[in-house]
Amino acid sequence: MPRIRLWLATAALAMSGCGGPFPQSTLHPRSDFARGTDALFTDIFWWAAAVFVVVELMLLVAIVRFRHREGRAAPRPTHGHTLMEIGWTLAPAVILVFVAVPTVRTIFATAGEAPADALKVDVIGHQWWWEFRYPELALVTANELHVPLGRVVQLSITSADVIHSFWAPPLGGKRDAIPGHMTRIAFRPDSVGDYSGQCAEFCGASHANMRLRVIVDSDSGFGRWATVQLAGPAAPAPGTLAERGRAVFARSACIGCHTIQGVSPGVIGPNLTHVGSRTTIASGLFPNDSAHLARWIADAPSLKPGSLMTRMQPPLTDADIAALGAYLQSLK
Amino acid sequence: MSEARGLKSWLTTTDHKRIGLLYFWTAFSFFLVGGLEALLIRAQLAQPDGHLVSAETYNQLFTMHGTTMVFLALMPLSASFFNYIVPLQIGARDVAFPRLNAFSYWVFLLGGLFLNASWFVGPLFRAGMLNVAPDGGWFGYANLTERQYSPGPNIDFWLLGLQILGISSLAAGFNFIVTILNLRAPGMKLMRLPTFTWMTLVTQFLIITAFPVITVGLVFLMFDRFFGAHFYVHEAGATPILWQHLFWLFGHPEVYILILPAMGIVSDVLPTFARKPLFGYTVVVYSGILIGFMGWGVWSHHMFSVGLGPIADSVFAATTMLIAVPTGVKIFNWIATLWGGAIRGTTALHFAVGFIAMFIIGGLSGVTHASPPADLQQTDTYYVVAHIHYVLFGGTILGLFAGIYYWWPKMTGRLLSEPLGKWHFWLQFIGMNLAFFPMHFIGLLGMPRRIYTYSADLGVSDLNLASTAGAFLIAVAILVFLYNVWRTRRHGQPASNDPWGGASLEWSIPSPPPVYNFSVIPTVTSRLPRWRTELHGPMQDPPAVPPAPIHVPGGSWWPLVAALGLPVMALAALTHTLWIVFVGAALLLVGIYRWAFEPFEV
Amino acid sequence: MTHAAATHQTSMGLDNRKMAFWAFIGSECLLFGSLISTYLVYKGRSVVGPYPHEILNIPFTSVSTFDLLMSSLMMVLALAAVQRGDMKWGKIWLFSTALLGLVFLGGQVIEFTEFVHKGLTMSTNLFGCTFFVLTGTHGAHVAIGVLWLLTLWVRALQGKLGPANAMTVEISGLYWHFVDVVWIIIFTVVYLIQ
Repeated sequence: MPRIRLWLATAALAMSGCGGPFPQSTLHPRSDFARGTDALFTDIFWWAAAVFVVVELMLLVAIVRFRHREGRAAPRPTHGHTLMEIGWTLAPAVILVFVAVPTVRTIFATAGEAPADALKVDVIGHQWWWEFRYPELALVTANELHVPLGRVVQLSITSADVIHSFWAPPLGGKRDAIPGHMTRIAFRPDSVGDYSGQCAEFCGASHANMRLRVIVDSDSGFGRWATVQLAGPAAPAPGTLAERGRAVFARSACIGCHTIQGVSPGVIGPNLTHVGSRTTIASGLFPNDSAHLARWIADAPSLKPGSLMTRMQPPLTDADIAALGAYLQSLK
Repeated sequence: MSEARGLKSWLTTTDHKRIGLLYFWTAFSFFLVGGLEALLIRAQLAQPDGHLVSAETYNQLFTMHGTTMVFLALMPLSASFFNYIVPLQIGARDVAFPRLNAFSYWVFLLGGLFLNASWFVGPLFRAGMLNVAPDGGWFGYANLTERQYSPGPNIDFWLLGLQILGISSLAAGFNFIVTILNLRAPGMKLMRLPTFTWMTLVTQFLIITAFPVITVGLVFLMFDRFFGAHFYVHEAGATPILWQHLFWLFGHPEVYILILPAMGIVSDVLPTFARKPLFGYTVVVYSGILIGFMGWGVWSHHMFSVGLGPIADSVFAATTMLIAVPTGVKIFNWIATLWGGAIRGTTALHFAVGFIAMFIIGGLSGVTHASPPADLQQTDTYYVVAHIHYVLFGGTILGLFAGIYYWWPKMTGRLLSEPLGKWHFWLQFIGMNLAFFPMHFIGLLGMPRRIYTYSADLGVSDLNLASTAGAFLIAVAILVFLYNVWRTRRHGQPASNDPWGGASLEWSIPSPPPVYNFSVIPTVTSRLPRWRTELHGPMQDPPAVPPAPIHVPGGSWWPLVAALGLPVMALAALTHTLWIVFVGAALLLVGIYRWAFEPFEV
Repeated sequence: MTHAAATHQTSMGLDNRKMAFWAFIGSECLLFGSLISTYLVYKGRSVVGPYPHEILNIPFTSVSTFDLLMSSLMMVLALAAVQRGDMKWGKIWLFSTALLGLVFLGGQVIEFTEFVHKGLTMSTNLFGCTFFVLTGTHGAHVAIGVLWLLTLWVRALQGKLGPANAMTVEISGLYWHFVDVVWIIIFTVVYLIQ
């Protein structure tokens, strides 16, 4: 039976975690929303698995047992059987009730209004990065969403251009970011950690590159992070490479697209006031280190096709790029 | 009566059998094109951070793969059987409107060529080759498809090409509805029709009602892109969600358009090789009709992540779960058909059983999608890609191959090799499971769909590699099939009228049939005319020679001329030149007028 | 085995072309249904003017509507005349139907021009694009109908139209009445209910 062997092998391959951990897995929920949907999926999955086994087995038995054999009597020409028809109409319908009821319950449980003390975050999708604004904290950041443990987070999601979809699988299902609309999800994270996600609605050339991180901190850790983010940018010490980098920044086209508090007002690209504190750059594509930063600044479109962050004309010198990198990394 | 030969006879043919063959070869060629696109996609995804193709090329590849497979391969392959087999199954000499039939084919061919020309004509638009093919996905969501975000001609090719193809399908829809309802042989009551013809009828009703909706959606997009309208522009008060509603109102019936014919084929093939009538014929027919109706009530299950609200989500969850019931009923009836039979394991039967086995999996993953909260983790990931390929490849394509092996002798006069056919089946069956089963896991482990590359960090690299291997195994299987076809031309065993012992009328006439099909139109007295049943002995096959000369309509150039008008008008739109519109309109009008007034007797 | 199409035996007793045409009308219902639904969904959502109440001319369009209704009457009379072999009146009524159709189209041209002068185009606002695409699609259908009727009229002049092929007139009548019914709905939804 090559069919069954094949499926078991593939299942084992995946389940054995050949290669785990799986940072974007939907099967390791880390919030109430994710746990609720995971429980529902598990329920439905086992019903489906049972139906699969029973029905495939019936098919298998039929084709093995009733193979044509010489000398066997001709088959009886049965045309149907009303009772069986009723049976195999009702049985699936009943099973579906067992799927439908928890489904509707979970829909309403996860669609309700978040409590008044929920942390509100506005999520705005851009081609191809994520803007996060905390309206009650007057905080603006990009690509890495920090949230505190144990508090409900309510995301209000929209887009500045085309349809995107916010998805951090360990924390819950996805929700589309639609220009002109606001969609919502809410979840209460239950584990500290660093979770991966990415855009889940085809949004153009670099849809594959529009990644994100959600960092769940302890309550005090989140408080510390917020305080740092709200403070002004670190001033580079005089005579350092970082200070030279700030000068390069201030005279380059960067200021047209990026905001660094007190330095530049651009809103087309991510807010860089505390970019040095992020673990990744280019919306989750690369680690935030000098090598990757240099390559990104030098030629972003080669790394992220379609990116609006085109090469500078005239191109920056290597020295300038190194200085810029140092400056940005200093913005913790 | 000898048939005309030569290129002109094919360009002017109005014979449903020739048109069926034209559909088959054209559609299969497009199937190979779509398959090549799939192989390139899988080659790119075999490893993380792949660099085989650029992001822009990849986005064109998956768009064209989906568009080609749905509109240029699967639908027309089904149409090749509608054309060839349905008139034979109902005891007719041709379809109701033979020239309209030819028109449908030519429009399909020209529309498919128009769409695929986009791969090569980049330089004409001051872009490189492989740069202007459609790249917005086969589902073309607004507002990515607006001129602002897709400035090139890519989306124009797409929306114009699809409108052309829609006309082909609509024309064929009207034709087959009238054919099946009005051209049946005496005694061929509706509840005596072979299941394949019944499912064809339901499919045509779905086509003529669903295609106008996407036409309107495409027209809106066309006006947005060409004339500055704001149908999907939110700044003007509109919403891109309108596109999704229009698209999926079409899109969901479309998937039933894709699966019902294959279900009909399986329903015809199983009884023949089990030597037993279809179990629950009436129920199978009614469940097909019910699926057709219910298919209109589920469209927003493609939009569970849009945030339509808990009430809308619950309603569509319920309707989606409900539609699983008539689908399941069919599966049980097929198993019951095999049960107690004397099954001969021909290649056609292998494919039919394979269809059932794979469709069960695809149907069950569909049920998991029916639950919105669960679906929020599955939608837009490889889990859905697994689902659609189990139902469309494991379902429709395996079903179509069952039809190919089953009706090949009738259509060509030769039997495809059974040993080669078994190789083809097993390689394809194993290949497809290797290609698509891992995708369930890939999706649940967090890989979205429609991405040209992925990070090694996700941990899905090995599964992707396995999937790619499966895709190439499918390619090998198809090569085996092509070899079988090529070899059969010369060395295939000649086929009698009825190599399989079939019950329906197409097996009562020669293989291939004479141009007039039936020397004498039969009178039908049972649902299984060629079998002995409790009530009737098997029918007498029509005599080898017709008792009196049978008039057969001649050919006509006008369907082709009229069809040419459509891509010409599309070209005008593409190049923003008004005078070309008039040339195209003139071709269309002249074609239609000459067609209307030429002497043509059926 | 050759038959004139009119005497062809069919399984359901309905002429093939008539059945095909009813299927076509069913399809067209979905087409216009989608257009009208979009108009309704976007009603009142234009962000800038001109707005419907500022620009739609009910009295003028009512005359247009009446014209189209009368043309349907002429169509009925045309069919009756052709069926009873009275080709003199058949020609008159066929031509009159087409003429009234042209008048309707002329009215639309006047209306559209007026709107453009008042600043309403396809690209001005949501009302503009939904209105023009909906009524424009309907107008295109009327134009095709006029062409069809004039073709029949010319055939009649050539002596090639009569009771034996009255079916073609009947089918053109089905089309014409359908287009008229669609207009009633559009008139109600767009002009009367604001």
